[in-house]
Amino acid sequence: MIPLSWYLYLAAGLFGLGLYGVLARKNAIAILMGVELMLNAVNINIVAFWRYLTPQNMSGQAFAVMVFAVAAAEVAVGLALVISIYRRRKTVDADEINLMKW
Amino acid sequence: MTVEQAVFLFTSFLILFSGFMMVTRQNLVHAALYLVVALFGVAVIFVLLEAGFLAVVQVLVYIGAIAILMIFAVMLTRGNATEEQESMNAGFGWAMLLSALFAFALIVMLGQWADIGAMAPALDAGRSTIEELGSALVSPDGYVIPFEVASVLLLAALIGALVVARPQKGGK
Repeated sequence: MIPLSWYLYLAAGLFGLGLYGVLARKNAIAILMGVELMLNAVNINIVAFWRYLTPQNMSGQAFAVMVFAVAAAEVAVGLALVISIYRRRKTVDADEINLMKW
Repeated sequence: MTVEQAVFLFTSFLILFSGFMMVTRQNLVHAALYLVVALFGVAVIFVLLEAGFLAVVQVLVYIGAIAILMIFAVMLTRGNATEEQESMNAGFGWAMLLSALFAFALIVMLGQWADIGAMAPALDAGRSTIEELGSALVSPDGYVIPFEVASVLLLAALIGALVVARPQKGGK
């Protein structure tokens, strides 16, 4: 039997890795990949809490399904933005995309 | 150690290892492939949590769509990206410190929570969680409104992505 804590520790570690990817990488696509890791860590948490604390109602899995949908939408729009920026600026380096930097 | 625990430990090692490789590789295609491994590991975790439907959706949506989309985007934007280019921010030391601190703080705080060692209650035999999830998603006293809003969100994302990524007229 696996205690709940193992899942939560795994999710914490995965979230930390994703956060590092978002903060440290220069390439905008790599940043999006980091966001995906963080969303997955959150999903592990949601499903683990569902299984261990409230398996009698399906809210946990329903929330996880919503996270899937939002992640798919986020990636579609994010990558479209990246490709559009690449087409205009010939770069996907987040440091150089500073048009809106004040 | 039971089989379940062995599978969990192996899978979580795999997830964390490939996550680490993903955020540190210079070559973005390699990073995307490590992302696929990590996502597959998360699908295995969902199976361990007896959420079979979510495991299947994880493979279909994350590996089948999102990771492939990532790889496409990497290949479409490779033009002048050379492998030797520095792939990290100047402040990546701070990023490392901050994310390590964040994960450490999460783990410490979780360790203080009383319910942390909870064991999974057995699911009733013969109960179909997939069926329950399906009816919860479409029943009016369940999640039908978030479900419908999610479909509108996906449509908006689809149209938005098309509009944003379309070449401009008389493009430069």
